[in-house]
Amino acid sequence: MAREITYRDALREALREEMYRDERVFLMGEDIGAYGGSYAVTRGFLQEFGPERVRDTPIAELGIVGLGVGAAIGGLRPVVELMTINFSLLAMDQIVNHLAKIYYMFNGQFTAPVVVRTVEGFGQLAATHSQFFENYFAYVPGLRVVAPAVPKDAKGFLKAAVRGNDPVIFIEHSLIYRNRGEVPDGEDFVLPLEGAEVRREGQDVTIVSWLRGYYLALGAAEELARAGIECEVIDLRVLRPLDVETIVRSVQKTNRLVIVEEGWKSFGVGAEIAAAVQERALDYLDAPILRVASVEVPMPYARNLERLVVPNKDRVIEAVREVLYQRLPAPLTR
Amino acid sequence: MEIPRERLRWIYERMALIRAFEDRVAQEFAAGKLPGFVHLYAGEEAIAVGVCAHLTDRDYITSTHRGHGHCIAKGVDVKAMMAELFGKATGVCKGKGGSMHIADVDKGMLGANGIVGGGPPIACGAGLMAKTLGTDQVAVCFFGDGAAEQGTTHEAMNLAAIWKLPVVFVCENNLYAESTPWTYHCAAPDIASRAAAYDMPGILVDGTDVFAVYEAAGEAIARARRGEGPTLLECRAFRYYGHFQGDAVSYRTPEEEAAYRQRDPIQRFRQTVLSQGLLSEDELDAIDTTVQHEINEAVRFAESSPLPPPEDCLTDVYVSYPVEQLAFRH
Repeated sequence: MAREITYRDALREALREEMYRDERVFLMGEDIGAYGGSYAVTRGFLQEFGPERVRDTPIAELGIVGLGVGAAIGGLRPVVELMTINFSLLAMDQIVNHLAKIYYMFNGQFTAPVVVRTVEGFGQLAATHSQFFENYFAYVPGLRVVAPAVPKDAKGFLKAAVRGNDPVIFIEHSLIYRNRGEVPDGEDFVLPLEGAEVRREGQDVTIVSWLRGYYLALGAAEELARAGIECEVIDLRVLRPLDVETIVRSVQKTNRLVIVEEGWKSFGVGAEIAAAVQERALDYLDAPILRVASVEVPMPYARNLERLVVPNKDRVIEAVREVLYQRLPAPLTR
Repeated sequence: MEIPRERLRWIYERMALIRAFEDRVAQEFAAGKLPGFVHLYAGEEAIAVGVCAHLTDRDYITSTHRGHGHCIAKGVDVKAMMAELFGKATGVCKGKGGSMHIADVDKGMLGANGIVGGGPPIACGAGLMAKTLGTDQVAVCFFGDGAAEQGTTHEAMNLAAIWKLPVVFVCENNLYAESTPWTYHCAAPDIASRAAAYDMPGILVDGTDVFAVYEAAGEAIARARRGEGPTLLECRAFRYYGHFQGDAVSYRTPEEEAAYRQRDPIQRFRQTVLSQGLLSEDELDAIDTTVQHEINEAVRFAESSPLPPPEDCLTDVYVSYPVEQLAFRH
């Protein structure tokens, strides 16, 4: 059996169920308790679980991730919320130098199974509050990095992350919290933290994306289908470990690949995917791999300018037509 | 404060072992037998030993890049430590950590730490665990005067204070943050007084006097165990060697360094226990001999141990699946 719920409710269910299942699980973050969380994911949790298990913290990202590391080594199961991914920069030392490395550099003596939940997105919040940093984390061995686009994955991944023994960077997107989707019933619904998924089959072009980009890809695919172009849409779901095989299998069928990402193009996740795919499937490619990404400027505030920066459905459609040689390459914008 | 005879012997033995370990590491490094960065603790022995005398294996410590002394005071095996410095398979982290990343979870040693200011939040996390689970464990965070200026240290002290965590912050002020004098890098007249900002006791201690450290730490640790929250101890001492081996030490004079030795923690301990008739010269000398033997054994063990097998390179990246699979999957 399954029910249709929102992405936000999927996250809420996952956290509640895991907190009831295991009393070592606790939440820590800025404004997550009395205020209910900046995106209302933990609304009501303080009343339900009390202040020991839903800990409001000072604004001290580095400190709270570090506390998570120490508490996890000691046997607790911390879920640390970083209000947005922009503020994760302040916590980078604890994430990269400690969380990701403790298991390896101390030769497996202990691990720090911390789940760091954070969210990216945009919406006229300007340069410091509209960034996409999943590549920063996906770069680091020792971290698992997930970026679920649909409620089912949001719930199954979050529960698995809490139960697992590796540190997990769990990236959400502010513009998809209200998206709805089917989620299987049952408190033991968990999903392995790996593997991309083909969500729409097609034989003409492969489009790969994640988080909000996945919805852009899907929208473009539906519109293109009306013009007789069938796109295969892959939801990447997990950035580390990167599931190149699923993309390669699709490219072997479609011979064309478009990557949709909201981050800046240079040195991004898309660059990694393109490199990995050509290593394995160069002979299958009938066109250059194209990336639809943000324009490489700090995010402007004005609505019209912001719209120029972030990818949209039309740009995805243009890229698909370009790899099909139905339109001339776009002029270089960089 | 009355210290039982057996504990006095333990204190001397640990301090002597740290000194012998560090002096020997300096020699081995100079002879080109040790790679990497080694940061030696000689001169600061009274701090680690005076504090750890109050801890059991169940209590936690976090350490620094200058961590050998903390490891030894917490009871980490010196053979396995020496092997770790040599990058051998028999090392405490099987050669994957090196001098700056020695951890031994069975001894509650959560790691030397290559990042200045890396340890304080982690110690607080261990304290949070103890408080949440209602154990009587305490977490001690050793950090240097350099780390006293890191934001992470202040975030951690504030968090420990607002949640009354069983944590003791031990600032080892050895007068220089790498090469920068603490009187330059610290705006306050002392580091201990910063505790006032977090409404916790802040105590300045002579870090070359193990009795003074023992007493102050005993009180701070007891306070933490009673659930009354954190304490900041600033222990002033001297580091005999440079910031790291190979440091030209251009920032202090030979006269200054010679003066350090006038307040040597081990010699001071000897004088006190001998003048008060607490331990005899013979038994102290016997301890010195045993310690020397132990260090010789440690070096022999390290030198004769095998290198880690190449396949170890890929293990323990993740708990739940082998990295070989990851490499194939990308």
